[in-house]
Amino acid sequence: MSSVADTMDGLSRSDAGISPVSKTIPDANLRSQHRLDLLFRLATRFFAFLVLLLLAGIIVSLVAGSLPALRAFGPGFLTSAQWNPVTEQFGALVPIAGTLLTSFIALLIGIPVSFGIALFLTELSPIWMRRPLGTAIELLAAIPSIIYGMWGLFVFAPAFAQLQPWLTATLGAIPLAGMLFQGPPMGIGVLTAGIILAIMVIPFIAAVMRDVFEVVPSVLKESAYALGSTTWEVVWNVVLPYTRVGVVGGVMLGLGRALGETMAVTFVIGNAHKLNASLMMPGNSIASALANEFTEAVGDLYSSALIELGLILFLITFVVLALSKMLLLRLGRMEGQKT
Amino acid sequence: MSASIAFMDLYSRRLWINRFNLAVSLLTMLIGLFWLGWILLTLFEAGFRTLGPALFFTMTPPPGASGGLSNAIAGSLIMAAMGTLIGTPIGMMAGIYLAEFGSRGWLAPVTRFINDILLSAPSIVVGLFVYEVYVIHTRHFSAWAGTMALALIVIPVVIRTTENMLRLVPDSLREAAAALGAPQWKVITLVTVRAAKAGILTGILLAVARISGETAPLLFTALNNQFWSLDMNQPMANLPVVIFQFAMSPYENWQHLAWAGALIITLGVLVLNILARVFFRNKSPTY
Repeated sequence: MSSVADTMDGLSRSDAGISPVSKTIPDANLRSQHRLDLLFRLATRFFAFLVLLLLAGIIVSLVAGSLPALRAFGPGFLTSAQWNPVTEQFGALVPIAGTLLTSFIALLIGIPVSFGIALFLTELSPIWMRRPLGTAIELLAAIPSIIYGMWGLFVFAPAFAQLQPWLTATLGAIPLAGMLFQGPPMGIGVLTAGIILAIMVIPFIAAVMRDVFEVVPSVLKESAYALGSTTWEVVWNVVLPYTRVGVVGGVMLGLGRALGETMAVTFVIGNAHKLNASLMMPGNSIASALANEFTEAVGDLYSSALIELGLILFLITFVVLALSKMLLLRLGRMEGQKT
Repeated sequence: MSASIAFMDLYSRRLWINRFNLAVSLLTMLIGLFWLGWILLTLFEAGFRTLGPALFFTMTPPPGASGGLSNAIAGSLIMAAMGTLIGTPIGMMAGIYLAEFGSRGWLAPVTRFINDILLSAPSIVVGLFVYEVYVIHTRHFSAWAGTMALALIVIPVVIRTTENMLRLVPDSLREAAAALGAPQWKVITLVTVRAAKAGILTGILLAVARISGETAPLLFTALNNQFWSLDMNQPMANLPVVIFQFAMSPYENWQHLAWAGALIITLGVLVLNILARVFFRNKSPTY
């Protein structure tokens, strides 16, 4: 459309040049309008460029802030499980493990539930219920994360503590994997944080899944129905393979959210810099370590170590979100080719 | 004969698998609604006890005393408003670039990609960034820093919706305006943006909803203030951080206030979300 306007501009100017009547005044007017156009375009371009600068600024400032810690600990920072502000020994292993573990639990629970919700919204629900139900699920995404955290600490954790002895007795009896479910029934811990995160990422993943399920051409689905497929077979063998890339993109989007989630996790993870085999024990995540300790960190090395944690978190989420975006773009292109 | 029995077996097995999986799907939907219901129910139950005029007209109390959240509510309103005021024009300009001038060159696709990533980037990192570039140099936490952090969260949301909404405006409108001799900046500001006004406003409402609940970016920027302060260069009280501090405290009156604050924020956010939806449905371009 910009080319259309460009040629329009060019045309009217040459017209003005030819016509003897409108030679002087409109020409000056046109030129000033042309200058304004250029100015406007450059201004919008500048603000678009600002977004790139923002990204560069975030990375540069985080790297600059973490320089002291990078110098002091080197790559060993990633593998050390120590976190001792008194002796100024810092390692990122516990928060990194906590971040990855809670997000993994969140996806483990979140993916099947989101799939079920998307399936219900696209295939099962009566048409008139689709919109209100979809809105309800989206409202789940709109609730601020601090509310999830508070609710998790005061309501969910005590309720979950009642359930924990049962989990330890049943799942804990499984050889090897049972290790994960040992521990006192405190209600808070890595597992609780993972479950709360699952509730938070479900609306994001479900919304993407619903959107990509809706782009499946109905001809494909109707053909499968005509061959005698059941609803489940249509979804499992036609819809899901067709939207595979988009579904993975949606899952990655949820993962990106889960990795960076701060407040909900901070309330319930327990904030202990200890590596535990059990999921029922308190742990720590990168974001909650930052939220709890950053304003109280004394000493350059301490705050620098925390900023390096932030840098690691940003890099992990950046890669995950970039992958998600590329997968979703690929689906978009596929759709473009086929229709 | 046996073949047809095997066929019937297979058929009923498929039917049962279908029924079972669809039932599970219904169950997951109910699970989703169950969480929403449980959270809202808790909020209303715990929040309504403390809800009253005192909440809005008295300040955050010391432990054990009675009080309200007036300074936190004022701080939240000010910072959310300022953050939106600063972030919206920047986001709209960048969104206009992506939608109107973005068909050529490398800048638009790269910006779009980066913007989508910033949209879901951890908000606590935004707080760290503002701390590094602003708070460290001014040597104190301030409401301006909090406003900056919130504006940085508003920008990607507004860019995304502005671009999407401008793309819905048909090219024939642009061409008609250009054919009448309007220069491009007038076409965009007076025709295209106006046509997409409802959609863009919806996006801004959603951005406001998003930042009014954000806690993580305010922790290292605006911090908190137990006194009434409207000085943008001083730390400023705000609802999310007060909720965080009060909820984590052992004092019962603080926890009650935290629940009341949580109820206020959630109601505000939900109302904004529902408003945005209703607004967009009624006023979306119909062509």
